[in-house]
Amino acid sequence: MIEKLVIANRGEIALRILRASRELGIPTVALHSEADRDAKYVKLADESVCIGPPQAKDSYLNIPAVIAAAEVTDATAIHPGYGFLSENADFAERVEQSGFTFVGPKSETIRQMGDKISARNLMIKASIPCVPGSDGPLPADEREILNIASDIGYPVIIKAAGGGGGRGMRVVREESELLQASSLTRTEAKAAFDNATVYLEKFLETPRHVEFQILADTHGNVIHLGDRDCSVQRNHQKLIEEAPAPHIPQETRQAMGQACVEACKRIGYRGAGTFEFLYENGEFYFIEMNTRVQVEHPVTEMTMGVDIVKQQLLIASGVAMGIDQHSLVPQGHAIECRINAEDPKTFLPSPGQIVRYHPPGGPGVRVDSHVFNNYIVPPYYDSMIAKVICHGETRTEAIIRMQGALEEMIVDGINTNIALHRKTLVDDAFVEGGIDIHFMSRKLGLDH
Amino acid sequence: MDIRKVKKLIELLEESQLGEIEIKEGEETIRLSRAGLVAASPAPAVTHIPVAANPTMAENPSASAPAGVPTIEPSGHEIKSPMVGSYFASPSPDALPFVEIGSDVKVGDTLCIIEAMKIFNQIEADRAGIVKAIFKESGDPVEYGEALFIID
Repeated sequence: MIEKLVIANRGEIALRILRASRELGIPTVALHSEADRDAKYVKLADESVCIGPPQAKDSYLNIPAVIAAAEVTDATAIHPGYGFLSENADFAERVEQSGFTFVGPKSETIRQMGDKISARNLMIKASIPCVPGSDGPLPADEREILNIASDIGYPVIIKAAGGGGGRGMRVVREESELLQASSLTRTEAKAAFDNATVYLEKFLETPRHVEFQILADTHGNVIHLGDRDCSVQRNHQKLIEEAPAPHIPQETRQAMGQACVEACKRIGYRGAGTFEFLYENGEFYFIEMNTRVQVEHPVTEMTMGVDIVKQQLLIASGVAMGIDQHSLVPQGHAIECRINAEDPKTFLPSPGQIVRYHPPGGPGVRVDSHVFNNYIVPPYYDSMIAKVICHGETRTEAIIRMQGALEEMIVDGINTNIALHRKTLVDDAFVEGGIDIHFMSRKLGLDH
Repeated sequence: MDIRKVKKLIELLEESQLGEIEIKEGEETIRLSRAGLVAASPAPAVTHIPVAANPTMAENPSASAPAGVPTIEPSGHEIKSPMVGSYFASPSPDALPFVEIGSDVKVGDTLCIIEAMKIFNQIEADRAGIVKAIFKESGDPVEYGEALFIID
């Protein structure tokens, strides 16, 4: 078992990792910036180290500081959480080189999946369906670009190889816009990701976002924990996630889960990971793989009865997974609402002091949050302050439970998106299930 | 208002040609004046308007008078660690330490080494003066922002 774990993250996921470690008897070191000194999870950890000033680039993204903190505390492993350094292949490599265990896949796997073109090619080889596309970087020759796009058929989307999470992409509907759009995206990609490589794919008009959770240990065991639907998004940021994804035929679901397992075996994957797909007209199309724990992992935990974060730590300790794929049958339905500190109209972050905090409770209600009464939401980081997860025997029960939970929840002193969630939960299309990724833009009257 | 800030203000006043400084910060006001320089000004005085209770100031009403700073630990300029890592007082285990209590340092003099990821980072004095306090010993872990020395 890991002898001492560094938690290289903040907020609710730092607390989530701490809780899993505590249950496994692993001592923890909480890393924190100056802004998070008074966070509850920092106090709950066995040790804590201040690694830098509030700005993330000087603290949570500062690789030498994180590794030095592991060195001075004699820790043996580092859990990166999500965001920050979690999908940084250079970080994972330096963690390995410094003699620590990285709780996640091998650095080379992260590197392969971080480059969207190499990830796509790996998936095609592993028989994972991908959106028809350029099968490689877009060439410099203008005639060739035009030929590729007309073979695929408009509309197309130009994406940065180094992008991800909805950044660095541009939709092209007419041939006349193609060349200008590709050169613009190249310039943007160079500026944003220091990688001007772009590729092209068929653009799907009304897809859903459906993803599969997998776990792979170091003994060759790979399982999938079913799917999640994360189509309720605003500006490419997920707001509501649920498991299982509604209205997907059981055979299709099983076949895709199995295909993901096979792909993991093929690439020698290790740890927890997620295959993200677009789902349209009964077909799945791979978009990217996330090589880390995801924000929405609790909905899978609630339906599958598997503690994903604990499994990450066990896998990193070299323990063989004792979970049989056939025993994994989703029980009921789970929904997660991400509670963000933001203005309900402008969506701008709303940092400040939470003067009154009352989380909901009751059967089937889980709240993952680092917040407490008088907690000050710092202005430097992500605006998510809590995740409310509701489980029910049916999807309808889960929705009703969530409506009640959000009615109970009190967060005073700052603005939150709780009201928006409550409106969404009674929306006919959402209640029906199977809405596409543009649902929220339409609902808010925004152009997508 | 922080005692260190008050001390800084006093230094600022002493270095300048000014006779009096008054600063308002939120609900706190502080006025420092130099005795004898300005005819109209009273003896060195600090006015603290305690709208919000300030324990430091309440307990040490004379704290900011230039001559009488009550010292529990040496006062002066604090050198803080700019990074997390391991503290080393000397360039190698058998070498003499870079500085000791009482050492006279110039700006840019190396005070210690903080090792992070096998890189030895020299921590330099950003202020000339006498080393009044050393808080760490070789091999100690240090956090970002932790006090290492006091120089005065």
